[in-house]
Amino acid sequence: MIVASVSNVLVWAVWVLAAFACVGTGIAVISFTNPFYSALSLIGNLASLAVLYLLLSAEFVAAAQVLVYAGAVMVMFLFVIAYLGGRADAPWAGGPSWQALGAVAASAALFTEVVVVVGLKSSGRLSHSAHIDSAYGTPAEIGRLFLTDQLLAFEITSIVLLIAAVGGVILGSHSRAHPVEGVEQ
Amino acid sequence: MRGPDVIWYVGVAGFLFCTGALGVLIRRSPLIVLLSLEIMLNGANLALIAFARHYGQGAGQIFAITVMAVAASEVVVGLGLIVAISRRNLELDVDKLSTLRG
Repeated sequence: MIVASVSNVLVWAVWVLAAFACVGTGIAVISFTNPFYSALSLIGNLASLAVLYLLLSAEFVAAAQVLVYAGAVMVMFLFVIAYLGGRADAPWAGGPSWQALGAVAASAALFTEVVVVVGLKSSGRLSHSAHIDSAYGTPAEIGRLFLTDQLLAFEITSIVLLIAAVGGVILGSHSRAHPVEGVEQ
Repeated sequence: MRGPDVIWYVGVAGFLFCTGALGVLIRRSPLIVLLSLEIMLNGANLALIAFARHYGQGAGQIFAITVMAVAASEVVVGLGLIVAISRRNLELDVDKLSTLRG
């Protein structure tokens, strides 16, 4: 009994740490003027989200989050920020302040809406989660689902990635960037 | 399930989504708009995984992995657009890139 309650407190402590890190770095991403610091805060955000995924026993998704997002995607972001150099800086100045006020009001309204709808609709039903076996969230289970029940999602994902790769090459190729000089096609 | 109930995770997910929406609305650098979009997608992912844990089924995790792939594709295309914009020496400001406006 004591062991169970101690581990419960531990999980709560980890959750509170990860959730506050998540919220804080999320706010930091949209408030830094230097996009380099914003990207670094997003890495912190992704790492704390991976901790939350681990608490929800989604081990494979947490590993994929760290590898794909914090690894590949953020490296791409940092390369582009370094390529743009000082041009990437985005000061807050300019624009009427009522726009910013309206945006804050709109997102606060959105948050209130989410909380009210989830609170009304769930009304205690979200307190008793289903029991899971030890296979839940493991790579073997995810792979089995991907290749049996969710095969269509798997194939569509591969096509989407292929299209994005082709699109990235087309957007980045030099001849398309300067079609006026297009001697070399 | 040890620790907080699923509803707490959903609250954090909702807050993340709204933070990202605020960033998309008030920032004008396309780079930071892309970063805010990532925050919104991650908020949705957290809600998906929380509900998948609540119902004890793996389909929500599959959906979350698909969302990750879509987010990676979106970053590739978005960063390609930003590099193309900067190569044409246009200003990196989503308010001033209004050539396609009718």
